[in-house]
Amino acid sequence: MKIGVFICHCGENISSTVDCPRVAEECGSYPGVEYSVDYKYMCSDPGQNLIKDAIREKNLDAIVVGSCSPHMHERTFRSAAVSAGINPFLVEIANLREHCSWVHDDIEASTRKATELVRMAIEKVKRDKPLTKINVPVTKRVLVIGGGIAGIQAALDVANAGYEVILVEKEPSIGGHMSQLSETFPTLDCSQCILTPRMVEVHQHPNIKLLTYSEVVKIEGFIGNFKATIKKKARHINEDLCSGCGLCITKCPTKKKAYNSFEQDLAFRPAVYIPFPQAVPNIPVIDETVCMYYKNGKCGMCVKVCDRQAIDFDQKDSMLVADIGAIIVATGYSLYTIDKKSPDSKYKGYGEYGYGKYRDVIDGLQFERIASASGPTAGEIRRPSDGKVPKKIAFIQCVGSRDESKGISYCSKICCMYTAKHAMLYRHKVHDGEAYIFYMDIRSGGKMYEEFVRRAIEEDKVKYIRGRVSKIYEENGKYIVKGEDTIAGMPVEIDADMVVLATAMIPQDNAAILARTIGIPYDKYGFFNESHPKLKPVESTTAGVFLAGACHSPKDIPESVAMASAAACKSIILLSADTLEREPVVAKVNEDLCAGCFYCQKVCPFGAVEVKDIKDINGIVYKEVAYINQGVCQGCGTCTATCLSKSIELAGFNNEEIFAEIAAL
Amino acid sequence: MMKYGYFPGCSQTSSAKEYDISLRKVIEKLGVSFDEINDWSCCGATSAHVTNHNLSTALAMRNIMLAGQQGMDNIVAPCAACYNRLIMSQHEIANHPLIKKETEEILSADFKKDIKVFNILELFLKTGINKITENRKHELTGLKAACYYGCLLVRPAEITKFDDAEQPSSMEKIVESTGAETVDWNMKVECCGAAHSISRREIVVDLSKKIIEDARSHGANVMVVACPMCHTNLDMRQRVMKRAYPDHREFPVLYLTELIGLALGMSEKELGIDLHYVDFRYEDKVEDKTLVN
Repeated sequence: MKIGVFICHCGENISSTVDCPRVAEECGSYPGVEYSVDYKYMCSDPGQNLIKDAIREKNLDAIVVGSCSPHMHERTFRSAAVSAGINPFLVEIANLREHCSWVHDDIEASTRKATELVRMAIEKVKRDKPLTKINVPVTKRVLVIGGGIAGIQAALDVANAGYEVILVEKEPSIGGHMSQLSETFPTLDCSQCILTPRMVEVHQHPNIKLLTYSEVVKIEGFIGNFKATIKKKARHINEDLCSGCGLCITKCPTKKKAYNSFEQDLAFRPAVYIPFPQAVPNIPVIDETVCMYYKNGKCGMCVKVCDRQAIDFDQKDSMLVADIGAIIVATGYSLYTIDKKSPDSKYKGYGEYGYGKYRDVIDGLQFERIASASGPTAGEIRRPSDGKVPKKIAFIQCVGSRDESKGISYCSKICCMYTAKHAMLYRHKVHDGEAYIFYMDIRSGGKMYEEFVRRAIEEDKVKYIRGRVSKIYEENGKYIVKGEDTIAGMPVEIDADMVVLATAMIPQDNAAILARTIGIPYDKYGFFNESHPKLKPVESTTAGVFLAGACHSPKDIPESVAMASAAACKSIILLSADTLEREPVVAKVNEDLCAGCFYCQKVCPFGAVEVKDIKDINGIVYKEVAYINQGVCQGCGTCTATCLSKSIELAGFNNEEIFAEIAAL
Repeated sequence: MMKYGYFPGCSQTSSAKEYDISLRKVIEKLGVSFDEINDWSCCGATSAHVTNHNLSTALAMRNIMLAGQQGMDNIVAPCAACYNRLIMSQHEIANHPLIKKETEEILSADFKKDIKVFNILELFLKTGINKITENRKHELTGLKAACYYGCLLVRPAEITKFDDAEQPSSMEKIVESTGAETVDWNMKVECCGAAHSISRREIVVDLSKKIIEDARSHGANVMVVACPMCHTNLDMRQRVMKRAYPDHREFPVLYLTELIGLALGMSEKELGIDLHYVDFRYEDKVEDKTLVN
């Protein structure tokens, strides 16, 4: 075997602490090395040509490149090798930059280390086997989980590109949090006015199958070939028959039996309801926990008034299985609440703000509903306790967020902007009202965002106080807000009629469960993790699963929409090919050696290990062994390390190769 | 019979003598006995902990060390400041090897024994509030108590690991076992001004006035405290308060132990309530006089 060694200077990145010519020279005499050379920029065109020419002229069988991390240029050097006729998996990278020159300063020692790193790679490449990429077929259908603005945007983009979409939403209507908002920053245009046309478009799109009041319960398979099981919760109303006339809702005798969650519990709803007038689809849901029929078998008023016989008390949850090529997760967020939490919760709640016992101390989404024309007060700013118009409102930013002691260290990102908007809306509607905002810092990065905050301060006379609020308590119908003005260096006390808390955006309650169902990683809070923070921000680490919107981290509408379109685009790229090429670095089980302990199945983070029956000549199963689905395997090697009988081998990283590397050290 | 090591602290022997008197009488009735730490010293509060960190830690740990040497497994520290100094010092010793080493050198001792320090509320909760109900001579009907915790009893939460730092409720449970009502009010954990009582009296007067008026406006007719410093500010300083606020009406402030003592059938005089600056007679608070024997 003839091996070529190519040592890169990386400008001065490597050569300033590693004597590159000496490394090339010393490696040149190493057994098996036919040719060894150093060059200033091996990744440049002349550098790549140097490699290609050497392969052809010296008839090289394999090459080792001593350069930067394989994360950077492994692909470049493999392509160069392929064009000169070498299998890409007969190319090894010795990381002389991140693993050597950048972290050491002694030239002599780092030159020695660099030489050893290259020798290790030489020993490995001697044992490397040529591998070929794996081809898998692709199902041309995308599953979008979550019907908020991110899910809607992603679904529309994919559908408009001509691919089928299944959009799953757990609530009775799509629209998400954006449908609850009054106006949006920084333009103050009506949220529903810009959202509802999109919702209708989703409903009418021939390529979109909309499943509301449904949840994804199981995801199997792998990129291009997922199988999704979706639970359609019983609406108790036949969707095909219902005309959406709403008579059942108006006639339902349980008028105000349940809290209206769309109104953030500021209003009530009957047992049969649609969340809001522009709901899509415009088909009600019967809430079994409130409905009289389910309590005592009586009533049935809705059955009597429905002239299309659409009420179906016997309807049960149903399951639906679909083949899917790509998944876009857009499950959105929920809000931190200040109430008392269980002792084991990572969130702590706010005893100093009364643990939620004061009715006029509300959160941002509640204020959105109060300010919204379709809300419980028809858009008049009135406080929940007695319906009076508050003459003084204190807004408090960073409630829960940026406070390690309350359980969250991250910035909730959108609160500076929406609090400025709230204060502005309040000042527009209550002209003699006073708006105070307690803030830590104002973070208004974004197009026209800073200008928006300045407008709140300068035109709308919102009073910003830099400092935290230590306590809120009620006194004679007022809420005493005690805080600190850190600029004046004085304690402040405001007797507000109402307090609006900018509580932190947190993941949905069941985010971690969904992440495990799909098989995607999440952070300590439950936000889903991207594959690379800069270069792969919408890909999850599971191939074929993409992320959009606030399920990834706190985001405002434009960011969620942009991310959704990006995720849609990534899905479209995936679906545009008939088959998929996968890296052949996957694990394989030696079925003769496998003892069937299935420890590998327990440790595999991707669910790639399956049970395979080994049958005798009569077709009787005599042994169960592990089988690794090559489409799902990501080549992490966890199973290989776990396997007690050493019967799993990872292609490109087998024991022989690894031990040879170590022995060369 | 439950037995505890007892660390009285300086106040119990002087300005809060009645706290000590009533505590000893009450626990005797409840079947608890105290073993006072022999040769106890200052807990390291105020003057010590603003002057020298090592001094304040060493003083607190000296008392804990003595308790250990005298065979005690636990200590009750009825004064909130003593309680705070003792557990804070234990926390520092447990978490900072350097402080542990220095303090051990100062005291020529090693802190191996784990000695649990209880505050007064923990003492009654551990004894069982049902014991109070069982031994009660009469229900303290007519009393509407505002339970005042002050700053040190429940803070810092991650060290005291006791009750809720912002909305505590354990004292209410104890007070309700006497038959007295409790009121929901806003200033349970506000600052009374503490040691500013001496140097910046006007601060204490303003802060304590707010606390008293909040209790009154929420329907309380007595305040219950568990800290000698708080009691000094809230009771004794009402005289100065009257000068700053001429329309100030006196408001009685009792130690938790005095309230329990009343329920157990002891008289105001026995419990030392007559030593207070603001007079309190249970009889005055009761609408139905036949309840008082």
